[in-house]
Amino acid sequence: MEHNGSYSGHNGSYSSHNGHVSLVGHGDNFESQTILESKDLDAWFGSHHVVKSVSLHFFSRTVSAIIGPSGCGKSTFLRCLNRMHEEIPGARAKGVVNFQGKNIYDMFSEPANVRRHIGMVFQKPNPFPAMSIFENVIIGLKLAGVKKGYVLNDIAEACLKQVGLWDEVKDKLSAPGLSLSGGQQQRLCIARALAMAPEVILMDEPTSALDPISTARIEELLVELKKTVSIVIVTHNMQQAARISDTTAFLLSGDLVEFGRTGEIFTNPRKSETERYITGRFG
Amino acid sequence: MEIATKKLLLEFMVTTQAKRKRKNIFANLVLSILAILAVSPLVAILGFLISKGIGALSWEFLTSLPAPYGESGGGMGHSIVGTFILVLFASLLGIPVGFGAGIFLAESSKESRFASIVRLCAEMLAGVPSIVVGLFAYFVAVLPFGGFSAFAGGFALSVIMIPVIARTSEEILRLVPVHVREAGLALGLPRWQVVMRIVLRGSRKGLFTAVLLAVARASGETAPLLFTALNSRLWSFSATQPISSLPVQIYTYATSPSEEWHQQAWGGALLLVLLVLGMSLFARFLFSGKKYGT
Amino acid sequence: MDRHVQVGIHELKNKIIEMGGLAEEAIALAVEGFLASSSQRAQDVKDIENRINRLHILVDELCVRLLATQQPMGSDLRFIVAVIKINADLERIGDQAVNVSGNAKRALAGRPLDLDTRNDFAAMCPATRDMVRSALDAFVRNDQRVAEKVLKMDDVVDGLKNAIFAKTIELMEQGTLGVKQGLDLILIARNLEKIGDHASNIAEDVIYATSGQDVRHPYSRTELKSP
Repeated sequence: MEHNGSYSGHNGSYSSHNGHVSLVGHGDNFESQTILESKDLDAWFGSHHVVKSVSLHFFSRTVSAIIGPSGCGKSTFLRCLNRMHEEIPGARAKGVVNFQGKNIYDMFSEPANVRRHIGMVFQKPNPFPAMSIFENVIIGLKLAGVKKGYVLNDIAEACLKQVGLWDEVKDKLSAPGLSLSGGQQQRLCIARALAMAPEVILMDEPTSALDPISTARIEELLVELKKTVSIVIVTHNMQQAARISDTTAFLLSGDLVEFGRTGEIFTNPRKSETERYITGRFG
Repeated sequence: MEIATKKLLLEFMVTTQAKRKRKNIFANLVLSILAILAVSPLVAILGFLISKGIGALSWEFLTSLPAPYGESGGGMGHSIVGTFILVLFASLLGIPVGFGAGIFLAESSKESRFASIVRLCAEMLAGVPSIVVGLFAYFVAVLPFGGFSAFAGGFALSVIMIPVIARTSEEILRLVPVHVREAGLALGLPRWQVVMRIVLRGSRKGLFTAVLLAVARASGETAPLLFTALNSRLWSFSATQPISSLPVQIYTYATSPSEEWHQQAWGGALLLVLLVLGMSLFARFLFSGKKYGT
Repeated sequence: MDRHVQVGIHELKNKIIEMGGLAEEAIALAVEGFLASSSQRAQDVKDIENRINRLHILVDELCVRLLATQQPMGSDLRFIVAVIKINADLERIGDQAVNVSGNAKRALAGRPLDLDTRNDFAAMCPATRDMVRSALDAFVRNDQRVAEKVLKMDDVVDGLKNAIFAKTIELMEQGTLGVKQGLDLILIARNLEKIGDHASNIAEDVIYATSGQDVRHPYSRTELKSP
């Protein structure tokens, strides 16, 4: 595990490094580095073809949104990006997903290993039951072999601070994770994912079960997090995609319709399907 | 709808309402009576046991060996200890195997052929008459070792326990929501770690309940012990010697001619029932209302 | 079934058409009075401007409400942004029409215009009106082609303005034209030219709303891109 102190001093130290932080806070050249890309990716549930030859790339340290109507295959596509898709009985995927230039579907690639680098946060907050707030954050590291107590303590604190939960929970770290509110639980789950120090975090509609205030907090958090980790988010909330993402991909019945900068997609999409979807003229 | 039809329907509803009410009351009454009939044996058994057996229960009964034939006094201390030893052996054998099978069944996909065969076998094993289990244990664990033993008795009881634990723990593990497993997998943990360290942890109470139910079931069994642990009139703590147990001791005393021993059998029966019922109630209490977690 | 955004957009479109009609009318009255050497309609122009101002406020309110409640995207968003700007342009056109009619009243009180200036105004007035009308046509029909034509017409109006400026200054220097009257004539030409600029802005906004292209300031744009 590579935890070389990059955790300590997360809070606040960023503002100095870049002067100001705008909402989507990037210059013009964020497309410099591709961290993750799919090439002709297909996915099935049984005989049902849900993702059809999707080629898409995600840039380092950006928030990339995937939008589309229900059942368009966006969640399935997302789950293919860290090989979670294949955990569902009857599900399979074909194609190439390059992470930092290496195909994660390569025969030598271990799914568990892939997921260490590409974490995931789910729709419903899912802290581990029968585990305290603290244990929830460090269980992944602990099971991965990190034994030293002070290391675990430091990481738990840093991750909880990073998601803005530390002040709320520092006095009750041994309380059950499930005792937190929905929004707090989701931030706990993000802290849990961050503890593994992934390069990419995939998020599957992470705020759809939350109230507007908790949603706003998570959205702020994501924009903050992209300084250290690349985020791919599936959302059915277009305004959310518009608010927080740098690039947006629009999927429709398993096909990639359009991919581009978020500002472009939401003001001046190239494809009429995208236009009809974002203006709500669908169906 | 036409107004005339509406009116007709309304009248029909009014006339049938009274009738339906009567029918409803009658049906409720019949079902209540049947329900009372269903639970009355338990009440009767308990009442019978208490009235007959309470007199036999005493400190001496709980702690001493049986008195020689003809003498009064004595107790079933050695049977109580024996039952605990037998259940301990059975648990040592049965819990790991039962859990293993339960975890395997819960984690294998619904379509898996092998899993469904294992599940069917577990169900059939649970249905095998306990006297047959006893016979089987006699051939496997008594004859080859040249004698009746506590170990053989424990083995026989474990055969009773395994399918109970396997099926119950499978059910309990299947209650674990998919998203808990997914959260574990998404941390990059291998599947076995997710199951053993995260899923099982969330189901602790349920799994303990499964064990408790199996133990309650096993500790009341007589037939598997008749040809395996046999019986003994002495304190025994050895795995290789015959050992006494509450059910077998009750059986022995109940079939004896001595009035004194009949009395002791009632006392033993009351004790056994209290033990088994206590465990079942405790298991129920643990698992009440809680499907998963906390 | 129309969604709320569509209902709102429809309403906005009608309001802008109404405003546009009033603006055209205001220009027509001001210009016709000037060309016909009669200043009786100045009060009418003022009344029209008043109605335009009321619509100006109403349209802005509608736009803000639509943005706040519907969070429009894509072409809807572009349309509303364009309407906010077109709204401002139409309001300015109304103001300028009032100015033209005021200046015209004073200019007509002096000596009669010389032939060149008269001819230039006779060409400039309808050209300006044409620009406004075409820009509004482009808006109503979402017609990018018509909008592009408006942008080309702007050069003609600019040329006429320059000609009037030159001639008027020349006459003023010769002393054949009083400074007061000369200034009024220059202001009329300038205001007409401004109305043309507003029409051009409307045309640019129509192009943005229909195609998403921003055609403004092509020269400044290339400089922006270089670093």
